[in-house]
Amino acid sequence: MPEAVEPKILAIFCNWCTYLAADLAGTSRIKYPANIRVVRVMCSGRVDPQFVMDAFAKGADGVLIGGCHPGDCHYQEGNYKCLRRFELLRRMVKEMGIEDERFRLEWISASEGDRLRTVVTDMVEKIRPLGPRQTLTEVTQ
Amino acid sequence: MSKPKVAFYWCASCGGCEETVLDLAEAVLDVVKAVDIVFWPVAMDFKESDVQAMEDGSIAVAFINGAICNSHQRHMAELLRRKAQTVVAFGACAQLGGIPGLANMNHHKDLVEAIYGSDAPQEIWKSNGYELTLPRFADKVQALDRVIAVEYYVPGCPPTPKITQQALDALLGGSPPPKGTVLAPDQALCEDCPRRETRPEKLLIKEFKRPHEIVADQEKCLLAQGLLCLGPETRSGCEAPCIKGNMPCTGCFGPTSRVRDFGAKALSAVASLADSNEELDIERILAPIADPVGTFYRYSLPTSLAGGKFTK
Repeated sequence: MPEAVEPKILAIFCNWCTYLAADLAGTSRIKYPANIRVVRVMCSGRVDPQFVMDAFAKGADGVLIGGCHPGDCHYQEGNYKCLRRFELLRRMVKEMGIEDERFRLEWISASEGDRLRTVVTDMVEKIRPLGPRQTLTEVTQ
Repeated sequence: MSKPKVAFYWCASCGGCEETVLDLAEAVLDVVKAVDIVFWPVAMDFKESDVQAMEDGSIAVAFINGAICNSHQRHMAELLRRKAQTVVAFGACAQLGGIPGLANMNHHKDLVEAIYGSDAPQEIWKSNGYELTLPRFADKVQALDRVIAVEYYVPGCPPTPKITQQALDALLGGSPPPKGTVLAPDQALCEDCPRRETRPEKLLIKEFKRPHEIVADQEKCLLAQGLLCLGPETRSGCEAPCIKGNMPCTGCFGPTSRVRDFGAKALSAVASLADSNEELDIERILAPIADPVGTFYRYSLPTSLAGGKFTK
């Protein structure tokens, strides 16, 4: 029996909160699934929807955006900008055939290394049963 | 000296781009004076065999409009590429994939079935003892430059007569622009919008509305009135005929050179105008945008990062 393919998830974390949470998870030896590939941006407000489209177009099984909790943004309201874009973008990628489970926005503060583990574990567990992404041609034939 | 030869051809398009050439009105006579039109199926009686008989590279400029969605269009595009020194992707469909490109949200087999049911025409089609070979659908609708090399792009759905005239002048004049140029100004439509002064400095929207839901003010920025106007993301050059008709911009001139994926970028700009920080409230404000793909990728799905639907 062939081994199940592990989902690859692009994680885009903000410099001030979620990236530090990932750092804390590391120094605290908190274990979480090795399915995420982390890219650090200065703010979740920097996450251009083009990044997300590019990731899914290149075959990512999921995209996880991590930012500061509402009210805690280092730049006052970058995370709100991210939230607004996320609301519309998740509808658009869904229309394009990406299941809800594959695209998430989570607020994780610098002290929440444990929450990072919970979120990543949960996301991987929900994506794995969906199986690998398929192209339109593969689905139709 | 003989006049430069020009060809016009259409692929997957509606005919609007051909209209534009006719909309040059009297100026079309100057065009005819300056060039020899050697191929133009919509208006003149030349056949494919006439083009086949021409020497390679003997056409100065071929204007091709429409996306490429089947084998015959690909064949004609390749033929004109061989015969022409310069190929211009004319109009939104040739440049970006256009409205026919929205077909990429489905597999072509499903589309044919939805339209013809079990009666779908086969590749070899027989009737009354005659036999006809029909073109084969491509897997995906594509913009012209994904099929053949293209030197220039003229944007628009359709391009306006003015930028068409400017393109003709630029290409037939002494110093053509660098290859790859989109022959329209590289700035957003807002920059030369007649309502520019009424656009608030800090624009936030409490409720998006659809054009049939309100009587829009004739003077005020449409976006400030809650109408989804894509002027901030769209290349200028059209002289805002839609805005002058009190309708919001739908983005047919495509992106400026700084943008890779028009739809994603337009979505980004529009969504961040929602005037709330609460998840449910944001959802409510953005809810009137019922079809994000059709709204933001209306003219550019085939050339977007995704190219079409990701999966079923």
